[in-house]
Amino acid sequence: MAESQAPAAPGRADGRREPNHGLRIFLIWIVLALIADLLIWFLWYPHLPPGRLSSSASSQQFDIAVLGLAAAPVMIFVWTYFGYTLVNWRHRDGDDEDGPPLFGHTGIQATWIGGTAVIVLAAFVFGTVELIVPAGAGAGEGPSPVWKPSGSNLLQVQVIGQQWQFTYRYPQFGGMETTQLVLPVNRPVAFHVTSLDVIHSFWAYQLGVKADANPGVDNVAYTTPKHTGGFTVRCSELCGIWHGAMFGSGRVTTAAVFETWATANQRLQQRNGLLAALPPYSLTYDPTLIPQLGKVLVKLGITGAPGFYYPPSDPVTP
Amino acid sequence: MSLPARIVTLLVAFAAVVAGAVFISIHYLGSSLAVVNFSPVASGGTVNVVLQEDPQNTVSSRPDWVSYFVQDPKTGAWVHTTLFQVPANTRVNMTILGYDGCTPLRNNFWSKVQGTVGNSMTVQQFKTVGQPLGPARRYSVLNSWSNCSVGHTFAIPSLHVFVPVASPNTALFNSSACGTSPCTSGPHSMVKFSFMTPKTTGTFRWQCFVPCGGGFLDGNGGPMQTLGFMMGNMEVSA
Repeated sequence: MAESQAPAAPGRADGRREPNHGLRIFLIWIVLALIADLLIWFLWYPHLPPGRLSSSASSQQFDIAVLGLAAAPVMIFVWTYFGYTLVNWRHRDGDDEDGPPLFGHTGIQATWIGGTAVIVLAAFVFGTVELIVPAGAGAGEGPSPVWKPSGSNLLQVQVIGQQWQFTYRYPQFGGMETTQLVLPVNRPVAFHVTSLDVIHSFWAYQLGVKADANPGVDNVAYTTPKHTGGFTVRCSELCGIWHGAMFGSGRVTTAAVFETWATANQRLQQRNGLLAALPPYSLTYDPTLIPQLGKVLVKLGITGAPGFYYPPSDPVTP
Repeated sequence: MSLPARIVTLLVAFAAVVAGAVFISIHYLGSSLAVVNFSPVASGGTVNVVLQEDPQNTVSSRPDWVSYFVQDPKTGAWVHTTLFQVPANTRVNMTILGYDGCTPLRNNFWSKVQGTVGNSMTVQQFKTVGQPLGPARRYSVLNSWSNCSVGHTFAIPSLHVFVPVASPNTALFNSSACGTSPCTSGPHSMVKFSFMTPKTTGTFRWQCFVPCGGGFLDGNGGPMQTLGFMMGNMEVSA
């Protein structure tokens, strides 16, 4: 068993004393790392996606900036050590001697294990806190969300995916449905994301909200718009031939403008009969079970069968 | 096997492969849908476009697929395509003849007429061509769940145009539905609405929102995802 031994600190062949390479590398590294982190924080951070339109977007922007701050010194240390090695310890003419072996250097081992453990644990703690504090960070939390925003003024918005269009229902406004996604500023929003056919994914990019739309599943995601402005909505799950065309836009308005828009739509849909035609608001919908279909079936002389309707498993193409 | 027999066999096999490649190129890759151009017949800032949707497409290799057809404005002939061209910044007066029976909408929200002039449409029912069952009626919502009234939809999502296309009288359809495409007789509905084309040129996808691809998962395959059947493009030209 080889004994642990620190590498010798031999002098140079010309008799000059070997410089303190560790100190040199450290000084170069800390200066470069400081510069990089300052550039990341003051120049890069304000322009990082997805922006600061909502609480979850700001949170995600902050997360990316902090991870950048943490990663830059590590990356710069690797580059610094690599560059320093190339300059100082490269092979020279006539020098065929091996370098000193490094067996069981306790200090290096402890630094390596301790350093990586600190980085990984810090990332774990930071990531967990950043997932909990902003109420799920804009991600879909499933039908029973663990992390919810505080306050009672939560706006419920149901997102319904169908090949190839998202529609939105507002249960607090009579269950009115629209192709436009309008949200009030500074009011927490709960998105209830579901689908009527295949799997879609609701991605409101500048809001920092992304949640899968699964048929028969209520996937809940939270955010709070912080500024007025527009945002894009895309489907981010390959859902058929026109998946690429399944995008649109939404807007964050003042509370007064939102109330006016929502109540006007509700009244209009009450007047023209659309609200009565829509199914009662539900967290999910089974399109093969439509109570209102009774008259249709009677009229068609069809009993018990879904008629011209194609249920999800009839027939399943591989 | 003798040398001449080997050579003949080789040549025959080579010819068969070449013939197969040529057939595939012509039959599949070379086939392209016609684009019906309505721009030359536009006048006074308006253009009239006529479509029909059939329960089958007997002029294609998929006779059991539901399908749209476009009427050529110059000849009046029905063209098996879903590609048409209209001028920019123009009012399109659309007429759709609905020959297919009713199908409940997966999302009854599409019962609402949206994006048309006045957010409404007119519907008139016909026993057969030239024999109306009553006057045209105006609708802003055609509830497909309370009455078996909607066959398909015509939607241009990027222009926020969504229109339910009425189905024919159910009893008449069950007894004498059109069985040969393009339909020139049989019970049908006539849906009319107008919308404005954008000021900028471009290609605008249109589709049906009824999952009408029978035999496919959720009814969303086949004709629902194939140009020339239940989806197409509206080219907006200068």
